Amino acid sequence: MSATPSLIDLDADAQSAPPRANGELVFAEPWESRAFGMAVSLHDAGLFAWSQFQAALIARIAAWENHHPEGECYSYYTQWLGALEDVLAGDGTVFTDEIVQRAEELAARPAGYDHRHDDGDEHGHGHGHGHGH
Amino acid sequence: MSTALNPDEHLDGSGNRISPALRTEALEQLLTERGLVDPAVMDKFIATYETAVGPLNGAKVVAKAWTDPEYKARLLAEGTAAIKELGFAGPQGEHIVVVENTDTVHNVVVCTLCSCYPWPVLGLPPAWYKDPAYRARVVREPRKVLAEMGCELGDDVEIIVRDSSAEVRWLVLPQRPAGTEDYTEEQLTALVTRDAMVGVAHVTK
Repeated sequence: MSATPSLIDLDADAQSAPPRANGELVFAEPWESRAFGMAVSLHDAGLFAWSQFQAALIARIAAWENHHPEGECYSYYTQWLGALEDVLAGDGTVFTDEIVQRAEELAARPAGYDHRHDDGDEHGHGHGHGHGH
Repeated sequence: MSTALNPDEHLDGSGNRISPALRTEALEQLLTERGLVDPAVMDKFIATYETAVGPLNGAKVVAKAWTDPEYKARLLAEGTAAIKELGFAGPQGEHIVVVENTDTVHNVVVCTLCSCYPWPVLGLPPAWYKDPAYRARVVREPRKVLAEMGCELGDDVEIIVRDSSAEVRWLVLPQRPAGTEDYTEEQLTALVTRDAMVGVAHVTK
């Protein structure tokens, strides 16, 4: 399950320049890298099998290709994020309502708000324990 | 409690669209609070794929196969195992099958359903590989798509489209360019591009 050691070993290659002649970025926006990192680390921690995530991703992409709001551009990592939400909601780890509620709270932050604190003052409600099964 | 989202629904309680950036931040907070993800571990995974794991790994595999016939035989027979000999392994690298391009056969890789890709040797896929247009068209009209991408092929060359999946991750062993007979393995490594290992480009000197 854990492939971390081999991944870390590969860091030895970091100083040599990969042939990325086109200079393309792996992630277009920071949130894409967070969505990627979440799925990979949850899988690495054994929360779900990769095939489970992949099936959810295939379903999301197919649904978007079948129907999407007119003029909406395809965003691969939006589908990726949706797939991750589907897997987590499917087994009761995190429900969609909770994500929406937290996102609304984050959206209501005043500009310049420091969201890096961890003291829990801002979000001490309803997310603690007892989710699950 | 709701379960899965409607696929095109990313709305908040008032019907406003929530940006994926906010959704992602919300989800990361919730998972972190529950002890299910550690942002520092996430950082490590992200940094690995942003800087360390990329097509250079695959280029080393290809260059070794070009210079070592026994390695090439092992690579074509047991892709994952031969790639691991060079120290490249990890997620999405469990079932790599290597196919060789020749004067008469040209392999090109796609994932029609999502974006399966051999991460340990190529890193994460580029935008065009994930794009619906590439995924649909390269199956229907590979010769035309390849020509549009600058990879011209003679009419006598058979094109085989390899559809990646959870069971198989394809890697193309491109043709070694003419005039490189005296090149070292290191010099050859520098010639090999990601696009050539997906099969949408030739390796040139």
